[in-house]
Amino acid sequence: MASLTGASATEASSKNGQFDASRSPDFIRIENVGKLFGGRGPVVTALQDINLQIGLGEFVAVVGPSGCGKSTLLRTLAGLIPPSSGKVWFGDHRLEGPRHDIGVVFQSPVLFPWRTVLENVLIPVDVQKLDRKKYLSRARDLIDLVGLSEFERRYPAELSGGMQQRVGIVRALVHDPAMLLMDEPFGALDAMTREHMNVELQRLWTAQHKTILFITHSIPEAVFLADRVVVMTPRPGRIAEVLDIDLPRERTLDMMSTAPFGEYTRRIRAHFGSAGGMD
Amino acid sequence: MPDLSSLDTLRNRILSILLLCLVLGIWQGSSMFLNIPAFILPSATAVAQGLWRGTTSGLYLHHGAVTLFEVLAGFALGGVLGLALGVAVALNRRFAYFIYPYIIMFQSMPKVALAPLFVLWFGLGVTSKIVTAALVAFFPMMINTISGLNSADKDRIDLIRSLGGSERQVFTMLRFPSALPFIMAGLEIGMALALIGTVVTEFLGAEAGLGMLMQSMNFVMDVAGSFSVLIILATVGLLLNQALIMIRHRVLFWERLGRAEPDLASEENFAAESKRPRGGSALSPSQK
Repeated sequence: MASLTGASATEASSKNGQFDASRSPDFIRIENVGKLFGGRGPVVTALQDINLQIGLGEFVAVVGPSGCGKSTLLRTLAGLIPPSSGKVWFGDHRLEGPRHDIGVVFQSPVLFPWRTVLENVLIPVDVQKLDRKKYLSRARDLIDLVGLSEFERRYPAELSGGMQQRVGIVRALVHDPAMLLMDEPFGALDAMTREHMNVELQRLWTAQHKTILFITHSIPEAVFLADRVVVMTPRPGRIAEVLDIDLPRERTLDMMSTAPFGEYTRRIRAHFGSAGGMD
Repeated sequence: MPDLSSLDTLRNRILSILLLCLVLGIWQGSSMFLNIPAFILPSATAVAQGLWRGTTSGLYLHHGAVTLFEVLAGFALGGVLGLALGVAVALNRRFAYFIYPYIIMFQSMPKVALAPLFVLWFGLGVTSKIVTAALVAFFPMMINTISGLNSADKDRIDLIRSLGGSERQVFTMLRFPSALPFIMAGLEIGMALALIGTVVTEFLGAEAGLGMLMQSMNFVMDVAGSFSVLIILATVGLLLNQALIMIRHRVLFWERLGRAEPDLASEENFAAESKRPRGGSALSPSQK
């Protein structure tokens, strides 16, 4: 642990994205993280006193209404914005900017219209200047895993919304990141496609053993997918409760109508009752 | 242009040709029966004769080649400089700060008004025409490049950054391709303006060129000849524009792709996407 203060060690690790996660069961530690926004205007506290540990391979969902800072939390973990206070640790290394071993999935598919499905999936490989040949078969396997093999050479405009989002998800996996950050990835999909994608994501998570932080404003979605649900409340954005979801895997859509499932959603929803519910 | 392809049937094609004949007939009839002097409105047949004579004698080919060369050279020069300066302004805030006042000053000035000066400075040869054409083609190109490079989607920028990508990679992988629809629109406007700039400068004084030819025909009241040169100029403009449209379809191939399996969500995406400029720009071709 002594070496972690060395800036060069930290920098080297974030360059090649390697770290020894096995040394700590808590793969990610978020310590007293706060984030203030507002240059000229009034200061907004987007995050306050966020403390959270995420274990290796764990699926953590964050629920909360708009403006509770959940997206800010994700962007902080992605290294896109620095926290105003507090620290984030990835294994032994302090987060100081974007890392090579994180995959981000956004609310919209964020595909490049001039790249085919395969070329879109290879964007992380291109950005990180990895060997395209080496990753080609992995990219194809991932595309196959979400049932899009036939569409490998198609362009995003030729795909439906659900298919586009699947491309966005497997792209986040192609460089074999240790962690996936997902920012309401199914928010723009219709209810039917969304349920289907939830089942598919669970399958993908089981197959790939990634640590996942999943942002959503759907309580059932969070309970269905996560090992733990982090409930956030707005103004200022802080953690109200962290709830262990003790439902067996693989979870099925039928489980959503069982009593324990209903109990979890009720308990989470209770946090938002006074605030007028989720929006 | 609205999409009119569904109207393109054999019946409508025949009607379209009949309409053309009707217009030509009215033109011919009015010059024959309304006693309009030939130096005001020459008859359609006189114009056709002028067109035939000028084309077969090689006169139009000679002058047309000069004009075409001036247009293309000016367009290329202005286009390259506009692109380069647009990139510099979009990428370097300090450079943008110092150069912007000049851009705004020149933007509000009618650029062709400089043509007489250019003839004075660069003479009656091709140089003065190329310089004018380059100047007028330069601005739409630069402005469109700047707005195109700034049009890159924020989530896409974040995606590259989140993977540890550099600003250079953001530029090559995202900003530049995102700017291509704007740049192509800039080229179309620039080409139209380059033709105008060239012809106007030829009016002012030239050794050769369609503009000069038209001017000299006007001096001898050969209005039918002038009309026929106008037709040549329109044809040149049309062909140049068509060439650019072909290039545009090749470069921006993704703008014309259809959906394989539309569903509700994709329809929503589609609606959101169509709000973004699809090949539109700060200066759209309709403004020319």
